[in-house]
Amino acid sequence: MNPEKIESPTIDQVGVEERVAKLKSRSIKKDSKVHALKMAMSMIDLTTLSGDDTPGKVRQLCYKALHVHDAYPGLPTVAAVCVYPSMVKVAARHLEGSGIQVASVATSFPSGQSNLSLKLEETRYAVEEGASEIDMVISRGRFLAGDVQYVFDEIATVKEACGKAHLKVILETGELSTLDNVRRASDLAMHAGADFIKTSTGKIAPAATLPVTLVMLEAIRDYYYETGVKIGMKPAGGIRDSKTALQYLVTLRETLGNDWLSPDLFRFGASSLANDLLMQLEKQRTGRYQSADYFSLD
Amino acid sequence: MAKKKNKEKTRIHFDTDWKYDPAPESVEHIKVNKQYEHYIGGSWKSPNEGKYFNTVNPASGKRLARIASGSTSDIDDAVAAARKAFGPWSALPGKERGKWLFKLARQIQERAREFAVIESLDGGKPIRESKAVDIPLAAAHFFYHAGWADKLTYAFPGRNPEPLGVAGQIIPWNFPLLMAAWKLAPALATGNTVVLKPAETTPLTALKLAELIDDLGFPPGVINIVTGAGDTGAALVQHPDIDKIAFTGSTDVGKEIQKSIAGTGKKLTLELGGKAANIILEDAAIDQAVEGIINGIYFNQGHVCCAGSRLLVQESIESKVIKKLKDRMSTLVIGDPLDKNTDIGAINSRAQLKTIQKYIELGAKEGGEIFQCEGSLPDGKGFWCKPTLFTGLAQSSTLVKEEIFGPVLAVQSFRTLEEALTKANNTPYGLSAGVWTDKGAKIFKMTTKLKAGIIWANTYNKFDPASPFGGYKESGFGREGGLHGLSAYVTF
Amino acid sequence: MAEKKIKSTEIESSNGQVHASGRVLVDKTYKLYIGGAFPRTESGRYTPITLNDNSVVNICEGSRKDFREAVVVARKAQSGWSKRTAYNRGQILYRIAEMLEARHAQFVDLLEQIGSENPAGEVDASIDRIVHYAGWSDKYQQVFSTVNPVSGPYFNFSVPEPTGVVAIICPQHNPLLALITNLLAGVVSGNACILIIPPINGAVAITLAEVLHTSDLPGGVVNIITGSEAELVPHVSGHMDVNAVVYASDHQDILRLIQSESSANVKRVIARQYEDWSDAELEGPYLISDTVEIKTTWHPIGQ
Repeated sequence: MNPEKIESPTIDQVGVEERVAKLKSRSIKKDSKVHALKMAMSMIDLTTLSGDDTPGKVRQLCYKALHVHDAYPGLPTVAAVCVYPSMVKVAARHLEGSGIQVASVATSFPSGQSNLSLKLEETRYAVEEGASEIDMVISRGRFLAGDVQYVFDEIATVKEACGKAHLKVILETGELSTLDNVRRASDLAMHAGADFIKTSTGKIAPAATLPVTLVMLEAIRDYYYETGVKIGMKPAGGIRDSKTALQYLVTLRETLGNDWLSPDLFRFGASSLANDLLMQLEKQRTGRYQSADYFSLD
Repeated sequence: MAKKKNKEKTRIHFDTDWKYDPAPESVEHIKVNKQYEHYIGGSWKSPNEGKYFNTVNPASGKRLARIASGSTSDIDDAVAAARKAFGPWSALPGKERGKWLFKLARQIQERAREFAVIESLDGGKPIRESKAVDIPLAAAHFFYHAGWADKLTYAFPGRNPEPLGVAGQIIPWNFPLLMAAWKLAPALATGNTVVLKPAETTPLTALKLAELIDDLGFPPGVINIVTGAGDTGAALVQHPDIDKIAFTGSTDVGKEIQKSIAGTGKKLTLELGGKAANIILEDAAIDQAVEGIINGIYFNQGHVCCAGSRLLVQESIESKVIKKLKDRMSTLVIGDPLDKNTDIGAINSRAQLKTIQKYIELGAKEGGEIFQCEGSLPDGKGFWCKPTLFTGLAQSSTLVKEEIFGPVLAVQSFRTLEEALTKANNTPYGLSAGVWTDKGAKIFKMTTKLKAGIIWANTYNKFDPASPFGGYKESGFGREGGLHGLSAYVTF
Repeated sequence: MAEKKIKSTEIESSNGQVHASGRVLVDKTYKLYIGGAFPRTESGRYTPITLNDNSVVNICEGSRKDFREAVVVARKAQSGWSKRTAYNRGQILYRIAEMLEARHAQFVDLLEQIGSENPAGEVDASIDRIVHYAGWSDKYQQVFSTVNPVSGPYFNFSVPEPTGVVAIICPQHNPLLALITNLLAGVVSGNACILIIPPINGAVAITLAEVLHTSDLPGGVVNIITGSEAELVPHVSGHMDVNAVVYASDHQDILRLIQSESSANVKRVIARQYEDWSDAELEGPYLISDTVEIKTTWHPIGQ
């Protein structure tokens, strides 16, 4: 496939921002809010991606993933725990049998500045260690330099290396500069074999934003209409509170409808969001505004 | 890579398991009297003939208040009060006049929520729009024009602008407070006094504005508000001591007014109907264009004179655009105007609903293919209409030619720019138009050749007090807003 | 058969048909000016006008059909005229001044013949007024255009555009200057005009048409119909393809009729009534602004 021939519509930034402003004005209350908070919880990729990650830290995170819902019968678990390749084994061991997926970043995360064979090796390594989901980064430098063929081939090759693991393709939209580029990179990634497209590494500001997410969701919708294939979406970075998460879910609901309101097709890359969701659920249950002191930090 | 599935079955399901619960705006602390009188010469005056009419909530059909019905003698009183006030008001230094208008702007901002709720109660428009558009823009209009009051000589180089005298202003029901602001602000800033007649189905926010004016201790007689229907308006138009008529409403009534004041020397501005073409070219930012189409026709239930009621879409992208449009229509929330999530509120009146329904029936008869979203309309006695789209219409179809003033979009396709322009301009109206394309040169070709007073390129239905508004051809003459709007209220 | 030779001067000629030299003068037939041509009126009617030298000229009495024809050609010509660059329009209009200057004496004579008070002064003023308005062609836009500071990420600007087809009903007094003023104020912005001229001024107006005709002004941009104001006005104001009427004559009942009938298609009606068309108020950009429409364009600022 010649990636130059993938047609992407242009995007008008002001129009996108206006649409987002309207979506943000949706008022989500009562049962509707509880439903959404629980759904958001089920979509979290609980993430730790730091240089100082240790097996201990990852164990704690896995514990949290497994027990976050203890106090709330019926609350779903998070979708996945997301770690560096070196921590995959630890995570896989602790999450075994839980249904919670182990996701690993790969391909010289976060910059992607390495050669392809090393990236493939890293991908295979993460999968062998037990990752069922791979979050790769695209080569933004190549993309901005206009070498879309390289970017396309790289994604397609990494996809092969993933085997049965799902591939999430991180566009690092904060480095793509325009929504036109976001749209083009989204289309490229989906045509090259991405199972999910993901906004950000979380290492670059801005990370996920609603305008970027809306553009990517619209790309997913067009791809679905064109091919019949449903691609997932993962905004990551900067989504810290329930209010923001709900705005993403509203945007998702009104762009892609019911089928995408599921962890199979939508994830939040986040760490502190889970606690805020719990706090909000507690507020809904008790009617009292909550304090962070009552929710364990992991 | 080529994960081909059966794409014929691709469909997005917007009827989701996750629903939005009702999120009603609180109506506590909102005070609507049982009965309203005219506001003349700085006080509330019962109608001389003792007649009243009801204003109803179009979402429930229930009465909100009894409203004084203005007779010729009420108009006489109001014009006399305005004439009496004209001398002192016009003699007031511009700076001082300006400060009164600044006060008015501030008061509207402070009472914004109250105005928004009443606007939605009385007119049926979604509270989201009242809050985000109508009320803030009304305040902005006063704020903008307040600043002009002491700078008028700079607006007309080489000339010495003087106020006209007493202005009679007649406003429509689609943006009640905003239209009052559009009319009042420039008239007052330039030193005129005013008799304003709000629309009979939506008088409440103008009367709340009168309360506010009264609370402010505004100089009596500068702003007079007489409520009533067409007869009251006609009495105002025909009053011999009126110097200026400003009318916003239907083209038919505008023509009657123009005819009836012939030879009187009254100055006239008309802001009348429209049948705007919203033109989508194949290189447009398609998803934003779809949003622009939605905003163009379904904003305020389509009760907008500049609504993009004709969609002209380039043939190569027609099916794609219509599919996206239908998807987007499926996500519109129709219902209680006071619910914060409502996108489409109630139709303003029973009469307007009948008009719209008549057109929808006609569209089907004329061979158009109708699309309306699934789902049911709210129960009860309110006036509701689903957002509607017609395809397969000819240039000669009634739905393509006539202003419907409701949520009904007529879709046509075209092949070339020239064809689009010809179709777009092929109407006696000329209020507004929309163009969507990614290419700058094409934008300017289209915008210069479209015969309309407001052209939205890659956007639609934007308003601002600094931006002149008004039409070509049968959409009226004169401008409202901006520097150009001032000349409607001065003489030299 | 030998004819008796008679000297021309021996023939009684009461109306100046014979030159002092004895040569029989060739008369001019005044027709209409429509679409860059000089057709006779479709009606075949005429009004004889006796000039000061007692000669009689026949001025066409233009009809409703002549007017209808003029609207058709004006509408056709208008888009091309307005599409020309402002600089080009200015040059063409300036050319009218040049051509008029060259025919200065002729117009003084024509004005004298219909009893004007100050013929030379009127021709001078007319030429200067053309120069004045020609110079506005690329400037009035800068006076009336605005960039509007809207609250939002939009570039918003307003510019004047020609109204379209403008009918101008000219007064009897100041035959040349009033015509020139109203005409120039109309065409400078790119309108096409149809002038309705009282028959008494017909010779001046149609001779001016010759000037216009030789000034590179595209056919149809200016059309001149001589005839009865009272007869033509209902057709002018009732015509659905006329965008504006300038009433520069001075009958209040006719003005009222125009204002009333113009409501049929929401025509712009401009009453312009001056006793003395040399009034300084008649210069400046404001007359031009009477027959323009303000168009406001919005565009997002983004990427």
